Amino acid sequence: MQLINRTAGRLSRHRRGPLAGLAVLLLGLLISGSLYTAFSPAQAQNQASETDQIAQGKELFLASCAFCHGKNGEGIPTVREGYQIGPSLVGVGAAAVDFQVGTGRMPMASPGAQAPRKKVVFNDEETAALAAYVASLAPGPAIPNESDYSIEGLSEEEREEAISRGGQIFLTNCTACHNFNGAGGAMPRGGYAPSLHGVEGKYIFEALLTGPQAMPNFSNGNLTPEDKRDVIAYLDSIQETPEYAGFTLGGLGPVSEGLFAWLVGIGSLVGAAVWIASHTTRTKKSKVNA
Amino acid sequence: MSTDSRLDTSKVATSNRTDAATASKPSPAGSLASWADDRLGLATAMKKNLRKVFPDHWSFMLGEIALWSFVVLLLTGVFLTLWFNPSMGHVTYEGSYDQLRGVGMSEAMASTLHISFDVRGGLLMRQMHHWAAAIFIASMMVHLLRVAFTGAYRKPRELNWVIGCILLLLGTLEGFTGYSLPDDLLSGTGVRAADGFLKATPVAGSYMSFLLFGGEFPGESIIPRLYIIHVLLIPGILLALIAAHMLLLVYHKHTQWPGPGRTEQNVVGYPMLPVYAAKAGGFFFMVFGIIALMGGLLSINPVWKFGPYDPTKVTAGSQPDWYMGWPDGLLRIIPTGWESVIFGYTISWNVMLPILIVPPLMLVVLMMLPFLEGWITGDKRDHHLLQRPRNAPTRTAVMVALMTFYGLAWAAGGNDIIAIKLHASINQITYFMRVAIFVGPVLAFWITRRWCISLQRHDNDKLLHGYETGIITRSPDGQYAERHLPISTSAAYSLTARDRDEIFTADGETDAAGVASPNSRSEKLRARLSRWMYVHNVQKPTAAELEEAHHHAAHEAELTSGLNQPVDGHQFDDHHLRDADEVPLRDH
Repeated sequence: MQLINRTAGRLSRHRRGPLAGLAVLLLGLLISGSLYTAFSPAQAQNQASETDQIAQGKELFLASCAFCHGKNGEGIPTVREGYQIGPSLVGVGAAAVDFQVGTGRMPMASPGAQAPRKKVVFNDEETAALAAYVASLAPGPAIPNESDYSIEGLSEEEREEAISRGGQIFLTNCTACHNFNGAGGAMPRGGYAPSLHGVEGKYIFEALLTGPQAMPNFSNGNLTPEDKRDVIAYLDSIQETPEYAGFTLGGLGPVSEGLFAWLVGIGSLVGAAVWIASHTTRTKKSKVNA
Repeated sequence: MSTDSRLDTSKVATSNRTDAATASKPSPAGSLASWADDRLGLATAMKKNLRKVFPDHWSFMLGEIALWSFVVLLLTGVFLTLWFNPSMGHVTYEGSYDQLRGVGMSEAMASTLHISFDVRGGLLMRQMHHWAAAIFIASMMVHLLRVAFTGAYRKPRELNWVIGCILLLLGTLEGFTGYSLPDDLLSGTGVRAADGFLKATPVAGSYMSFLLFGGEFPGESIIPRLYIIHVLLIPGILLALIAAHMLLLVYHKHTQWPGPGRTEQNVVGYPMLPVYAAKAGGFFFMVFGIIALMGGLLSINPVWKFGPYDPTKVTAGSQPDWYMGWPDGLLRIIPTGWESVIFGYTISWNVMLPILIVPPLMLVVLMMLPFLEGWITGDKRDHHLLQRPRNAPTRTAVMVALMTFYGLAWAAGGNDIIAIKLHASINQITYFMRVAIFVGPVLAFWITRRWCISLQRHDNDKLLHGYETGIITRSPDGQYAERHLPISTSAAYSLTARDRDEIFTADGETDAAGVASPNSRSEKLRARLSRWMYVHNVQKPTAAELEEAHHHAAHEAELTSGLNQPVDGHQFDDHHLRDADEVPLRDH
């Protein structure tokens, strides 16, 4: 109370000062300017985005994607039955675009067994525009919100439960291709299930939802959004947990273990045998030939 | 009293004093030794064996790696049995590993997790046990290769070779049973595969499977049964066979490389005490240390990531441990459609061939190698001097061909890992392997044999013309030649300490009276094989050839003597040569 009184008193004393008018003017301008930037332009952009973003997306699509996917995203089949240069994008939804473009898989650099993850070509705004355009073609899965794939909001106990449940879902549905450690695995004809290490939760969620490339589609009826969230939580947890057992050798299973048993184990032990055989038990260093 | 000069006189008084001499008080160790000797008679046995001589070469220590890693296996294995619970009873995991808390699993899996996370040093012991197992079998194979490549399996050591092969088989089975015990997703997948292999046996398959699993897979009996096989049955047989293997080694005495002073009748080397006891004891600590380092630093079989076994789950990278990799590889590359249906029963050749037929066949071939070789050569002599691999080109080539077959099958077992790491198509790898598994060994045989023969030729060049000095000389007519210098006598001895190969020729089909000789068909086959084995080999030079070569070399040396002296430019013109005795003629 005393503080307010004192401040009010000080302000009151200076209200007729030479610079008071200027200060009030500046303050007024600042407030009205801030309010304007906070509300008016945002509203204007939101309203414009629906159509502008789609238009921008279409332009980008025509330049970068239409060669394979067709000018209207209808896909381009080849002369060979059942083969396509690019599949139809009608109904794949914004989530598919966000995954494929956001991880750099699209646009594809060259046709091949599989589109590899590579440097991202489009920035976030352009990706969003492309996603909006493709989503406008037909209804499809939308880009998930962070709350869909994050366990931030859960209690400590719920989190632990989510992680161990996610582990079992992961081992049932994902490890057959992606390996127990999420290190990836081979698929027929040069394809592969990529490593899941360091992949953002959003992209895992989108991949589950849209089934990119050889991956099956885990719809929300199949794996509920909570199931997907738990799998992501499990993957995060095994990457955050320290490797209790030491260097993981790539987390690839017994093949790399066998390689290390031979190279490191037998290699160093045969080296030790050579060393022992080349020395006598005498303190003198020179070898005495028997 | 004997006047034998070898009598120990250190305790006999040397003075001529009148009172009786008394022996000095024995040391505590000495008196303990006497006490034991009086009761056990150790001195007689020790006297001989402590001075037993072993030849010195690094390749003779490869079997020791296997022995010492087996000791590590026993030590760590005993530790693990204190906590491991071989039961398939169902429990809910409530231990320290967060990601599996609340998940249902067998007691075997739960106790494995308990050892890994809640027993002090448990994870280290588990990993040491697993690394030691991988190294145990790997070192047995390296040892096997050394024995085969040097011809150490020849008479009188054929049976020890057979024991070694059985040890390799038992080690592999022991490894597989151990791999299966934790009941994690990987081991369960392996046991499921083993169940499939059993069931692929015609007629008896399903009965064998029901007998092993005590009913339909997986049942509740398999882990306790594998456990008792793993900790009692196979280790007991392994121990007994290792003892037999080593007793035979002592009885036969160790083989040695040829060299001056080394014959078929002696062993040149160091005695057990103090040299070999120290070397072998030191090597044990090195083996233990390297396995401990690997156990501490390198992850092996992280069961917590695999989770408990559940028949509905599987993971990419589900492979057996390395020593079972080659049958798995054959299984991976065999065409899937190879089945025949007889009276409504399916015979799965695609499983039987790679698992039930080829691996046992390979083992039989391996065991028969010394006997086959002995039959072809007809050699009944004892051999204690080793052969260099190049001096038995056909044997070396056969071993390399077998290794190539093994290696290709082994690589095929990791085809998925090769595919993702080398960005290759798993299908292309499979097609390549299907051809390479037949072509590779043949190519390897041919290349190895030619390689050995050219090395033999090189040895002969060294004997006859000396070694290459690296000094290039230019003759007056402009010809460049490399100067050769004779090798030392001991090197020459070592190179020539080998027998000439004798190609066996069968007697005529009928004797003089026209009576067909017995065994003429097998004799003819033997003759053909003997010819195939030896005909391209390069034999060591004869004494006359060596004599002539030495004469020639001496002459050459005389001609070129002074070439390593500073050159004044007059070596070959008249100014210089006229001064020397026995002037070599220019046109010589």
